[in-house]
Amino acid sequence: MGKFQIKLQPKKYDAIIVGSGAGGGMATYVLANAGLKVCLIEAGPMFDPAKDSNQLKNPWESPRRGASTKFRPFGDFDGCYWGWEIDGEPYTQAEGTKWEWWRARMLGGRTNHWGRISLRFGPKDFKHKSIDGLGDDWPISYDDVKPYYDKIDKLLGVFGTNEGLVDAPDGIFLPPPKPRLHELFIKKSATNIGIPVIPSRMSILTKSINKDRGECFYCAQCGRSCKIYADFSSSSALIIPALRTGNVDLITDSMVREVLVDKEGLATGVSYVHKPDMQEYQVSGRTVILAASACESARLLLNSKSPQHPNGLANSSNVVGKYLHDSTGADMGGIIPELFDRKRYNEDGVGGMHVYTPWWLDNKKLDFPRGYHIEYGGGFGMPLYGFNWGIENLNGTYKIKGKQKEAGGYGASLKEDYRYFFGAHLGMAGRGEAIAREDSYCEIDPNVVDKYGIPVLRFHTTYTDYEINQAKHMKETFSEILHSMGAVITWGGDDNKENNYGLHAPGNIIHEAGTVRMGDDPKKSPLNKWAQAHECKNLFNVDGGMFVSQGDKNITWTILALSMRTSEYIVDQLKKNEI
Amino acid sequence: MDRRKSLKALALGTVSAGLLMDACKLADKKEADKTIVAKEDNSDNPTGINRMKEEMAHYKEETSYTFFTPEEMVTIAVLADIIIPKDDVSGSATDAKVPDFIEFIVKDMPEHQVPMRGGLKWLDLQSFNRYQNAFTDCSQQQQIEMVDAIAYPKKAKPEMQQGVSFFSLMRNLTATGFYTTEMGGKDVGYMGNQPNQWNGVPADVLKQYNLAYTDKELKECISFS
Repeated sequence: MGKFQIKLQPKKYDAIIVGSGAGGGMATYVLANAGLKVCLIEAGPMFDPAKDSNQLKNPWESPRRGASTKFRPFGDFDGCYWGWEIDGEPYTQAEGTKWEWWRARMLGGRTNHWGRISLRFGPKDFKHKSIDGLGDDWPISYDDVKPYYDKIDKLLGVFGTNEGLVDAPDGIFLPPPKPRLHELFIKKSATNIGIPVIPSRMSILTKSINKDRGECFYCAQCGRSCKIYADFSSSSALIIPALRTGNVDLITDSMVREVLVDKEGLATGVSYVHKPDMQEYQVSGRTVILAASACESARLLLNSKSPQHPNGLANSSNVVGKYLHDSTGADMGGIIPELFDRKRYNEDGVGGMHVYTPWWLDNKKLDFPRGYHIEYGGGFGMPLYGFNWGIENLNGTYKIKGKQKEAGGYGASLKEDYRYFFGAHLGMAGRGEAIAREDSYCEIDPNVVDKYGIPVLRFHTTYTDYEINQAKHMKETFSEILHSMGAVITWGGDDNKENNYGLHAPGNIIHEAGTVRMGDDPKKSPLNKWAQAHECKNLFNVDGGMFVSQGDKNITWTILALSMRTSEYIVDQLKKNEI
Repeated sequence: MDRRKSLKALALGTVSAGLLMDACKLADKKEADKTIVAKEDNSDNPTGINRMKEEMAHYKEETSYTFFTPEEMVTIAVLADIIIPKDDVSGSATDAKVPDFIEFIVKDMPEHQVPMRGGLKWLDLQSFNRYQNAFTDCSQQQQIEMVDAIAYPKKAKPEMQQGVSFFSLMRNLTATGFYTTEMGGKDVGYMGNQPNQWNGVPADVLKQYNLAYTDKELKECISFS
């Protein structure tokens, strides 16, 4: 390493955007198309699904047959670089906390591998405190956001159906794919016991929407990212088109260290370390838009201390990092004997469920305050590492072609067993709303830095009965559905009070939000209703951090709508020289 | 985007999807100039699938040595072919090169190393106690007798329990290694992983399970005639 110096980028931009996921990608797209000059800084490398996806690779093309690694925890072909741990970038936990933190490092971030589940918030999701007294209301309502949901439905594409459900609002949908066999089984039985099953809502193009993106060809590998851009990735649908405007300078492999401010306390730009040469750089902009993911953006603000902002940038409320919450999650799976030895056909479909269950009950009658939706899985999955692991738990329990066999075994008889059970499994997962609490938070660890010298986060999170009782209800519901379809539970059926009914650790569902929340009161929220910092009017945050609560809906679609709304506001304000 | 064109080209597997995206031809040099993008060095990537540079370094490291001895590999091959032999549907585990997979996977997942090495040793000691020969030196009948003592978790004798754990692991790894090959995928009948048009459950299958799509589904869902 040579002499230490900080290199200043000569150009001054209209906006510096930190992070290229859903929020950052949308901000880049809107600003670039409005003619503004944008510098987009991404911590990870370039990634273009058209070139870099592992879509359509066969299992045997991976030496580990698609197994998970620390580099790709969702599997060797998965479209996300890094995950639960990143070499040289630790984080810490307070005693008694188990927070699992997912961090992607690539252009497009997690949107390359996400589940494409695209659910609007309903009107109640913005005003839960007014309903049950818990948490806080958003400073905006569904009516403020609806025009943007409509715009992104059209711009990005989402399939589904209009069902007239107030809490799962109608949208502008492409046609959904027909349910698969196990989904028809679920639909029939669940509906019979009063649980609705409707077409899922996923950001996958069953019909072409523009000349830049292809139409889905049903390989079920959205998680690998799509070579023809038929599913939503921030890279595919927003950043790569934005690059074509000529208004975007993209800096990859660069970790932003700090947001810089002037003596008035206004943001002037950011400093970052460029990983390939490990040199320090600074770049100037009229606005700074943070979209590094909820916790990373909070970290950045907390690490941006100055005489004007001694408690971290935009943090005299001391709220940055607080109200951290994730979706809840609990699951269960089983096997349907009626589906043993079934006829083979290509059952891939899209990369996820063709049907789902939106929250259907009244929480006033239950012992937990917020709802959850149910996601379903099953069918003929591609054989990958772990294929039919533990067959000794199955092949002695059921007769195979009329023969009772001894559990375990080997030989031609065993091969017959693997064929017999293929495609008879199914699973279901609940994704619910947790209560955002002030005492659930991340802060800067006073002792630890990462390999770039940036102080790391320390997490303090727990779940309460609000979430635990919800998980118990999920398990009871899954059990009912599985029994009603004649399925036998094979996993997830033994959870109980001792392990919080199998409730996943916070962070594990990878929908974290709340750390830089919006609100009308600057003493209780760092951002105003435009996701603009109360104390620094040219600073914005457009990732999950800005959420006050998250409904029982995966947050990506709302991140995109809110980021578009804020970005249009920024364009307006910049053009008027208000910021 | 012409769907038929993209399907055809991708099915052939010869055309990089990048070429299909006419609109994305970043032959706009000005875009290339304006991006300060770190060059991902893929010249070194022998794997054929998309890898980060850290993954490539890791792969190099773990393939730089051999774990199992030649004798252990012979035992693994014999066991694998007992577990998954050639039958009238498909070949054997060794036909599908499962032992090579097992050699790699224990380096990739070190938690398998002690159970596998220890299990192989346990097996040889058992064989020697019974037949005065290591497992692979026993006759075929003796080998099957030995396997029968550890292949059935619910009826094995208590003193065989370590062998049962080893054999279950061996069965799991063999099956994983076999069914994730082209031969194994065909055997079990996986028909996906190719561009196609999902038009729902085939009519004869619907009939078999007494199911049908509703009028609403037929109207609203995407259909291919």
